[in-house]
Amino acid sequence: MDLNDRAEHKVFREEVRVFLDENKHLAPGESAFSFRMRPRNLAEEVRTWQGLLVDHGFTSRTIPKEYGGYGAEVDILKSRIIADEFFAASVIQGLGNQGISMLVPTMLEHGTEEQKQRYIRPTIRSEIVWCQGYSEPNSGSDLASLQTAAREDGDDFIINGQKIWTSGAHIADMIFCLVRTEPDAPKHEGISYIVFPMDTPGIEVRPLQTMTGTPSFNEVFFTDVRVPMANVVGNRGQGWVVANSTLKHERGLLGDANRSLDSLLRVKKLLQNESLDGRPLMENSLFRDRFIRLQARVQAMRLHEMRMITDAGKGKERGLGDMVVKLLGCELNHQLDGLGIDIMGEIGVLYDESPMLRDGGAWQANFMFDLGLIIGGGTAQIQKNIISERGLGMPREPKVAPKAARA
Amino acid sequence: MDFGLSEEQELIRDSFQGTLSRICELDVVRQTAEAGAPLDENVWGELCQLGMAGLLIDEDYGGAGLGLLEAAVVAEELGRRVAPVPFVASAVMAPLAIGLGGDEDQRRDWLPGMADGSLRVGVAVSEIAAGAREDAGVTAGNGVLSGRALFVLDAAGAQGYVVADNSGGMHLVKADAGGLEQIGLKTIDRTRAISELSFENTPAEPLRQGEGVLQTIIDAGRVMLAADSLGAGEVMLQQAVDYAADRKQFGRPIASFQAVKHMCAEMASELQPCRALVWHGAYTMQHEPAELSLAAAFAKSHVDEVGRFVARTATEVHGGMGFTDLMGLHYWFKRLGVNRAYLGSPERVRAEAARLQGFTD
Repeated sequence: MDLNDRAEHKVFREEVRVFLDENKHLAPGESAFSFRMRPRNLAEEVRTWQGLLVDHGFTSRTIPKEYGGYGAEVDILKSRIIADEFFAASVIQGLGNQGISMLVPTMLEHGTEEQKQRYIRPTIRSEIVWCQGYSEPNSGSDLASLQTAAREDGDDFIINGQKIWTSGAHIADMIFCLVRTEPDAPKHEGISYIVFPMDTPGIEVRPLQTMTGTPSFNEVFFTDVRVPMANVVGNRGQGWVVANSTLKHERGLLGDANRSLDSLLRVKKLLQNESLDGRPLMENSLFRDRFIRLQARVQAMRLHEMRMITDAGKGKERGLGDMVVKLLGCELNHQLDGLGIDIMGEIGVLYDESPMLRDGGAWQANFMFDLGLIIGGGTAQIQKNIISERGLGMPREPKVAPKAARA
Repeated sequence: MDFGLSEEQELIRDSFQGTLSRICELDVVRQTAEAGAPLDENVWGELCQLGMAGLLIDEDYGGAGLGLLEAAVVAEELGRRVAPVPFVASAVMAPLAIGLGGDEDQRRDWLPGMADGSLRVGVAVSEIAAGAREDAGVTAGNGVLSGRALFVLDAAGAQGYVVADNSGGMHLVKADAGGLEQIGLKTIDRTRAISELSFENTPAEPLRQGEGVLQTIIDAGRVMLAADSLGAGEVMLQQAVDYAADRKQFGRPIASFQAVKHMCAEMASELQPCRALVWHGAYTMQHEPAELSLAAAFAKSHVDEVGRFVARTATEVHGGMGFTDLMGLHYWFKRLGVNRAYLGSPERVRAEAARLQGFTD
């Protein structure tokens, strides 16, 4: 065990710092999280920054050069150094949207050469913004039961159905979508993964108002949407396998320990700055104890991530240690938001507009949004199924046989 | 950066794991516990052969000269088997106290015997590490100690003691010193020996270079308890998973019920990151000593909380069987309970963490 950088990484860390010193004035002054929470059309400066990061290999680092990436060897420690240095400098390390974090790895694994050439470069530069068409009103945790149907018509599919919880559909250029192409096949084998432009005729997007007051996702309706069969990624009917490789990427993204650390530091600032009856809250031993409890958890998650990174670098297979990250990370973030709110007391429930509002109302917005993240990308309960079945080898819940119709 | 064990450390883990699985079956634990013995001679002897007692003792004095990370690896294995042998005080805290705080004569007198296991030393620091109960405490003056020290670790059968006085000075006391009485305390955990020591003008030798060493041995002890709890917790989880696979109700293994699966998933999730906290706490002692106290506080307090959760949840998965003596699951439950209370409760350790960071005086 050695937590110091080796020589090569020391040099690399210095390079990242130099880049940040020279360029950070060009960075948009917002976090990747805020873009996730409030998807909106990207300003030119955001795209320019994204392009600059791609060119320097600070995002999409290992994407092959021929598809517009930086083409670096996988070096998980360098990726970590980039993340840590950008975090320390409070600079956004590019946009972690679903196109970049989920579609691109899936394309690389399953896409045709033509699809890779066409989509990867503009996606990592945020010139194409994507949304994900997975969940449906009746297919959430049981995603494989999805009913959005694609019927053949010459070389095209004609798609009809509805998606829901589609983050950013109102601003997306493209959608990657799961549709049922083989209605007679067993449910996991009848699905295809298909991509198409959001301005295809027959698509209607209705923003879904959420508890935060800011619509972040949508319902998307498809009425006779014509999409070429060539837009299927991977083999027809294999969409479940293709999608699962994508979901795996999403799960990794959701439990980012740097985000927890950022929250923790903001909670600490509140403890130091907020006062009750004229005394700083930091003098209150109950709040201090709650803070240190969560601090230990954040520390555990950061160190755990380092252990997982080390294991991955040694070629160990992903296991239990990786499976728990989404569940724990999302829960931890929610608890940190909750502590921040409690420290502020009644001030913590102010929203929208007030001269007393702290951090623009972000605490309550995050508290609600982070609950959404506990549910999204596989609910906490689905995560526990995965952990117990794949991680601990426990058996699946037996299928309930459909009851015979009563006379 | 490399956050993992070296090949040598993995070898140490494997050799302790192998030996313990061979010689430290539950029957052995049960016999030692029921006899009220301070240790099992066979287990102790075999582990000393593997170098357990001298792990942290410098090679000049016959030890292996290894670090706290190796000790944490061993502690985890001992916790896994609820091994009835002294370790935290006699193989970690006492050797560190004498190695770091003793002068050359004291090191020569004590360490070689400790390294081969022929000399066992208990540690009396509870009043400083966890706070004084029952007005206990030890005063020092003119080469003698007076007063009372409670919850002395690895005390029964020891030939000497490292004793902290009320002002943080440290002393070496021989077990046959005049005016010293050792009274065994029965805790829920019969796998480890705890005592009370009373001193009446008992001759003692101060550790001559002991400045700052007391906190270091407390920190090291806290990391060891966390490692022991991690091992114990992992085994409780595994036993729960195995039991749930065997036990059938409503015509199927209870492991197929989500209510049971989710309990196990929660235990696994809570336990997974604990290993990184424990390893990091141990690592800091040699590599980032300024961070040791805080890292040890995080490891101890967090693993204590996880340990309590796992102890009760794993027992619950076993249903009524978990509550019986038959399964022996309670040995782990009790070991976790004692680890939590020793060397500072989670609340006390967190309060220290706040002070260390300047949040409070």
